[in-house]
Amino acid sequence: DQVLHIVPETIQQVQHLQLLCSTFMLDLWKPLLPEDIRAGEDLHIRVPAPLLQEVKDSLAQLMISYRVLIPDVQKLVDQSMPRERSSHREVSGGYVYTEYHPMEEIYQWMTQIQKHNSELVTQHILGKTFENRTMYYLQISQPSNKTKKIIWMDCGIHAREWISPAFCQWFVKEILQNYKTDPKISRFLQNLDFYVLPVLNIDGYIYSWEEDRLWRKSRSPYENGTCYGTDLNRNFNSSWGSTGVSFNCSSDVFCGSGPESEPETRAVAQFIKSKKSDILCYLTIHSYGQLILTPYGSTTKPPSNNEELMQVAKEAAAALTGKYGTSYRVGSTALILYSNSGSSRDWAHTIGIPLSYTFELRDTGTHGFVLPADQIQPTCEETM
Amino acid sequence: RAMELPPGRFPAARAAAVAVAYLRYLRGGPGSGLQLRELRRARRQDIDDVGHKYYLELELEDVLDKDRTVNCTAEVLYHLGSKTSAPDVQVTVQGELRSTEEADKEFYNRIRSLEKELVAENIPDSHGNVPPELEPIHLLAWVASGYVIWQNSTENTKFHLAQVKHVKQVKRSDEDLQFDFVVLLHEMVSQEVLPWEVTLLWHPQRGARVPQSRAAGAGS
Repeated sequence: DQVLHIVPETIQQVQHLQLLCSTFMLDLWKPLLPEDIRAGEDLHIRVPAPLLQEVKDSLAQLMISYRVLIPDVQKLVDQSMPRERSSHREVSGGYVYTEYHPMEEIYQWMTQIQKHNSELVTQHILGKTFENRTMYYLQISQPSNKTKKIIWMDCGIHAREWISPAFCQWFVKEILQNYKTDPKISRFLQNLDFYVLPVLNIDGYIYSWEEDRLWRKSRSPYENGTCYGTDLNRNFNSSWGSTGVSFNCSSDVFCGSGPESEPETRAVAQFIKSKKSDILCYLTIHSYGQLILTPYGSTTKPPSNNEELMQVAKEAAAALTGKYGTSYRVGSTALILYSNSGSSRDWAHTIGIPLSYTFELRDTGTHGFVLPADQIQPTCEETM
Repeated sequence: RAMELPPGRFPAARAAAVAVAYLRYLRGGPGSGLQLRELRRARRQDIDDVGHKYYLELELEDVLDKDRTVNCTAEVLYHLGSKTSAPDVQVTVQGELRSTEEADKEFYNRIRSLEKELVAENIPDSHGNVPPELEPIHLLAWVASGYVIWQNSTENTKFHLAQVKHVKQVKRSDEDLQFDFVVLLHEMVSQEVLPWEVTLLWHPQRGARVPQSRAAGAGS
């Protein structure tokens, strides 16, 4: 079906068009009624596909010029419908994992997840953000009499990287949906606990929804409230302030007034420190770049267990590529990306967590931070 | 004298981004947008008193036709003390790029016949969506930002177009289409998002030209 745009020039043309519309029973979009068609005014008619040629021939015969306003109505309709991937709409009452959610909905989701999966999931308070919002993490733990090692994953340390919190939510959903039936997942849960922090930088995330989609940092004020936000991933106590940062609050890599100056950083650091002897793996999820990054950012000197780190990362990248062919590169931040200091990943490694990785999810710059929601599913599936 | 570089590491990656930006400016249009599929090989030559020259082998794909790829070679020369001059870029595309003559003509006629000048903002929107009738404008923004990125890149920067903040068509008495863009460029090393005002002139046969561009005032 197409929508044609015509501007009738004479009263005669108006009459012809009125006749055309009633003869073919065409769908008038503008104006709504044939009697309102006027010379010199816009006319928009939807012509069903089977009638197109005939209508266009009639217009040509009547010497009425037209323009195709919408070449394919169905395509436009399809694109404006919320995409339904039917298989993923259950699990915790119809939450749509293939859309981006504002913080209010993520808070509600956490409550629901715990409520509906209480045999496995418990929700805990980690701390508070600068704007006094509560930071929660989810503990996924199968009851057992043995102490289990921990895999920690945080998402959303940078506000604009929306695919990251989307992935954390997806991850939780996948585990809960499949732990009884997927032997790999059930084996994981026999030996490991997952601790997931779906949004670390809550204040920044909300700000990116309400004010500035491309905001990165937290929302703590500096310089008498004339400047906002610390880059939380430059604020950890790992070679803090040494490279790849700015001491100017207006910079997007402002590292704060000192290591762990920000409440969000302190909340995470305190918790991880308290559990560090049990944490096997620290994962922090970012976008974009399609990278699995190993320590360090502040130096190109490799960490002591570099071989193991690289091997695991390469296997992960290969598994990821195996799903949809998406290629991920592996290596240290200092070699692959740039120098930086004060990152959470480097800090986790220096306090003794052996496997410490930053994931940079899709894509490589085509959409960058504004990844379309229809890529949430493939991105999350391959990253699982 | 040219040193082989690991393509996965940032020096080669940054030079590749410049080559792609330049190519988008040179060959992009409302019906096609090139992106980097893979950087296959990179070498660097340090030329005394001149600068650093990168030799690249790239595999590219058209965002509207991802099943096909095209290979190209590029040379990117960053001048010494390059605060004021853009890198010199040369690109050779091997084989044919998809022809967009039909689509270009249709777009050109559509825009020329608009009664009211086209205005749009936030492309893509916050959720990554681009309405289909704005996709050609989005691709022209790639052309415009390709120019700005090429002109402003150094070995210490890597730019990507983050979002088109605003676009306004300006009707002209000659045959070119004119679009005034405000584009947001994400710079990877500083992590800054920088607004740029760019004027783009485009014609289906003559291609694109940027008569003016400048960094916009701070704040959105």
